[in-house]
Amino acid sequence: MAEDQPVEFDTQGVKKRFMFVNRRAPYGSIYALEILEMVLISAAFEQHAAIVFIDDGVFQLKKGQDTSALGMKNFSPTYRVVEMEKDDANEDDDIDMVWRIIVEKESLEARGLEADDLLVGVEVMAAEELSALMAAQDVVLSG
Amino acid sequence: MMLHTVNKSPFERNALESCLRLAASGASVLLIEDGVIAALAGTAAGETIAERRGDLKFYVLGPDIAARGLEDKPLVDGIEIVDYDGFVDLVTEHDAVHAWL
Repeated sequence: MAEDQPVEFDTQGVKKRFMFVNRRAPYGSIYALEILEMVLISAAFEQHAAIVFIDDGVFQLKKGQDTSALGMKNFSPTYRVVEMEKDDANEDDDIDMVWRIIVEKESLEARGLEADDLLVGVEVMAAEELSALMAAQDVVLSG
Repeated sequence: MMLHTVNKSPFERNALESCLRLAASGASVLLIEDGVIAALAGTAAGETIAERRGDLKFYVLGPDIAARGLEDKPLVDGIEIVDYDGFVDLVTEHDAVHAWL
């Protein structure tokens, strides 16, 4: 392909099952924010999304984050937007995408957290069930 | 079937541990970059890999073994060494790739 030739993407009708695997706590690295941005982009393309939190990724959803002394943006409220997007997608028949927010049970418990500590409603899922769901994805993006 | 790649040493990060917890039976695991350290026989991670050989297929990227001077060290039995062409083959032979970072 010539370098000056524009690349065209035809995404009409392309529907894939995406899984976003969050494995790191927020603020210590850029991974959490980058994956959040990918999640929001996938909404623009009306793709199925399983947004998964394992290992230290579960801390991304902890209630009460306050970054004011860090000089960094607290992006945790954006997960409430993700939750609203999920509810819209699942309840509106005109939107052909299914979204799920899933936290691995083992990771949550290992860190002394429970679902009530999290700022959005989640499915708490054991590793065995999550493993099967992961194997059924078209695309897995992790960080 | 899914190809899982792991690029962190098991002594530094839990990427391999989490990968092995969530990889479905029949999947492949390719160790690359510092992930190749897990392929060394006699390490705790190597023993974990040996226990999972029955339901997972393990590969290690040879150039990353060589780069670290580890070619004279025994690897866990059953791990297949691949080169970059083999890496590409693995990617094309699997339905999806999950990079554990």
